[in-house]
Amino acid sequence: MTANKKPPVLVVLQMSGAYDALNTFIPYSDPLYMDYRPMLKVEPEQVLAVNDEVGFHPAMAPLKALYDQGKVAVLQGIGYPNPIRSHFRSMDIWHTAEPAKMVTDGWLGRAIRDLDPNKENILTAVNFGRGLPRALAAPGVSVASVGNLETYGVLTGIQGEDQRTEALEIFARTYSPAIGSGAVNDYLSQTGLDALKGADILTSAPQMYSSTQEYNRDLFAQWLKNIAQVHLADFGTRILYTGVNPGTFDTHANQNITFPKLWNDVTSAVSTFYHDLKEHHANEEVVILMFTEFGRRVKENGSGTDHGSGGVAFVIGDAVKGGLYGEYPSLKPEKLDEGDLQWNNDFRSTYATLLEQWMGLDSKAILRGSFEQFDFIKG
Amino acid sequence: MADKDIALMAHLMRRAGFGAQCDELEARAAKGYEATVEELLHPEDHPNGLELDLAERYFIEWNHFTRGVPEYCTFRMINSKNQLEEKMVLFWHGVLCTADSKVQSYVTLYGELEMFRRRGMGSFRDLLVEISRDPAMVYFLDNCLSHKGAINENYGRELLELFSMGVGMDGKFNYTEKDVKECARAFTGWTITNGIPGQPYGRYAGKFVYNPADHDEGEKTFLGHTGNFNGEDIIDIICQQPATARFLSRHLYNYFVADDAQVPAWMDTPPQDPETIKMLEDEYFRSGYDIRSMLRVLFNSDAFKNARFARIKSPIEAVIGTMRLIGDWTEPKPGFEPIFDEMKHMGQEIFNPPSVEGWHTGKEWIDGGTLVQRINFIADRVGDFNYPGVQDIITKLAAEGPTLSPEALVDGCLRMLGHYALADETRRMLVEHAQKSGVLRTDTEEFPPQVCQMLQMIVATKEYLYA
Repeated sequence: MTANKKPPVLVVLQMSGAYDALNTFIPYSDPLYMDYRPMLKVEPEQVLAVNDEVGFHPAMAPLKALYDQGKVAVLQGIGYPNPIRSHFRSMDIWHTAEPAKMVTDGWLGRAIRDLDPNKENILTAVNFGRGLPRALAAPGVSVASVGNLETYGVLTGIQGEDQRTEALEIFARTYSPAIGSGAVNDYLSQTGLDALKGADILTSAPQMYSSTQEYNRDLFAQWLKNIAQVHLADFGTRILYTGVNPGTFDTHANQNITFPKLWNDVTSAVSTFYHDLKEHHANEEVVILMFTEFGRRVKENGSGTDHGSGGVAFVIGDAVKGGLYGEYPSLKPEKLDEGDLQWNNDFRSTYATLLEQWMGLDSKAILRGSFEQFDFIKG
Repeated sequence: MADKDIALMAHLMRRAGFGAQCDELEARAAKGYEATVEELLHPEDHPNGLELDLAERYFIEWNHFTRGVPEYCTFRMINSKNQLEEKMVLFWHGVLCTADSKVQSYVTLYGELEMFRRRGMGSFRDLLVEISRDPAMVYFLDNCLSHKGAINENYGRELLELFSMGVGMDGKFNYTEKDVKECARAFTGWTITNGIPGQPYGRYAGKFVYNPADHDEGEKTFLGHTGNFNGEDIIDIICQQPATARFLSRHLYNYFVADDAQVPAWMDTPPQDPETIKMLEDEYFRSGYDIRSMLRVLFNSDAFKNARFARIKSPIEAVIGTMRLIGDWTEPKPGFEPIFDEMKHMGQEIFNPPSVEGWHTGKEWIDGGTLVQRINFIADRVGDFNYPGVQDIITKLAAEGPTLSPEALVDGCLRMLGHYALADETRRMLVEHAQKSGVLRTDTEEFPPQVCQMLQMIVATKEYLYA
């Protein structure tokens, strides 16, 4: 392994809607699995086994290939105390790293403040998607949030390139802190000018980028491509965030149809992204966290699965010590938590490991507590 | 009609409502300022002009409560003639917070909003009693888990800290931890009949029930008063407190008059305008805790009339104001949800305040992402002359004469947007920009896009972030 000269970068992929842990990472040799899932079960010979007990869903072959190369840590039985089965609240807990009470700032927002305390780089973190996830929010932290990198910018609706250029020049001048007075005015001026400058820099990324890797046309794959473009453009971005739309993995019905396609799309995009980085010799610079808000009910409802707890998350990258972490939760009826998988490792342990061992940050302040760490990052 | 009267009316309608088009401003200004304030204060006497029958038939999910309640609120905010009534519903939703992320029952939240509509401008005491009996609130702050002998302090605490008195005032604490416990004891037995959220109850409203068997009948000492208090007795004591008058006055000031410090700072940060706060506090006690009376004093005060562009618009104000300006969504049609999503992407999701503390306001609305979202959303709409409101602006400006000078274009657009004022330098830059096209001929094909572009540039300014 060559020395990692560039500062470490974290890519976070939010799989909204709560993917079904039991059919994502499948305890295929457990007879109870078959009993709970008469319609939805994946036959043992179909499972992409990693050992005699568990394996990936067949639609996740691209991720399994990375696993076989030792680049994927599987966090089994991940969760948090007193699981909540509301998508919004549970996602909020993952965002804020605060299961006990509602707070407004996110764990990555707090990490960004530590990475760039003097706000020297307006692109320390970039989000791809509509609206900023609370994970990236913190007072005084400004994060660019990009819907479409090719068309991102201020006043994109002004017709005509010359007209728009002129409008943006005026915009920049009207946002001068010299116009108006006071702290709020200074803040608004700075935010406006940063947004303009950030957009200018960001939209230059696709022009600098070339690759033989072909991403699929779905939005998630395109956002991963944008993440590759921004990372490879060397803007000093340390945290990149994207995901699938809210509710995407919420497979209450017709799970057998939607679920394999989703995982195939998602893992193909992740694999393309990894190989894109590799093609540019940047594969050692990035670690990926892929998570969802909770697991789903162990017993199927006949066509899909309802909200549950106890999930599975993945950490992916060259710096990752691949393998299984946490225990696979027991399927025995008496071990279930109201019919759901019982979680056994706090998601903040994974956060703490990533913050400390990969990003080189002090996790205690960011997570507002001390959490046992895994050793899935290579020393 | 004098321009300054219309400008004042534009200010009133931006604050006591979500903004209004020129014709409405002129009509209201003709009626007079104080008469308009009275009309806004008495929605029960004036038709709201809403064709909800039609909307409910079109948006079927509104009636089934599977979703659509945020959209229902949005539709009302855009179209109700009783603008202050809607503005007060939003005000209370941001103070007496519950969130769908936990309640997960639109029908129960809907009931809460209708309660705000009924009680939002009445007695603050009655409102506190109602919110303490509101099923969404009972569930949201766990009062249904608070039992005789085993209290859950959540509601008792927030009632004092976030709904009525605040932690402290003038550097001193308003109550003790003992008061919180005694308050929670007094509310034991205030619970709900059926479980919310979740199936199979999800689509039935939660219902309040008082369970005397679970009520703690013991003696309690609260804020120096001792007795066998029940919840209503506690609220009576709360309402007598100067801290409650201060807390409510500061909230009304922040929401209607000008951005000031956020709630967590109120104990140690005095009001920026103590005289206006004092005036509101006095009216609170004089009127017997009557919110309508406080609002009357507020809107008729010079402090309010002079506080032009002293508040940064919330995302909901920005989006609803734009809809009202361009005349979109005056009746049902497909595609309403994205409008609701826009507010969310700008940082304010109706029914999901970020915490029980509600939304932080002022500059905290604005960050790199939300600023771009806001500017582009508004600019895309005022830049489209297919919208009736934009067409109307173009027609009115064209009616000023066969030609329009660059100054007249800039000032005309500012007037049409609701008598906005720009910093001199900003205005000068826009005039210089308009001068490049020379004197505009109002009967040409180029005129509409020229107006639209000027509107786009104005709505992108710092000044337009304010209301």
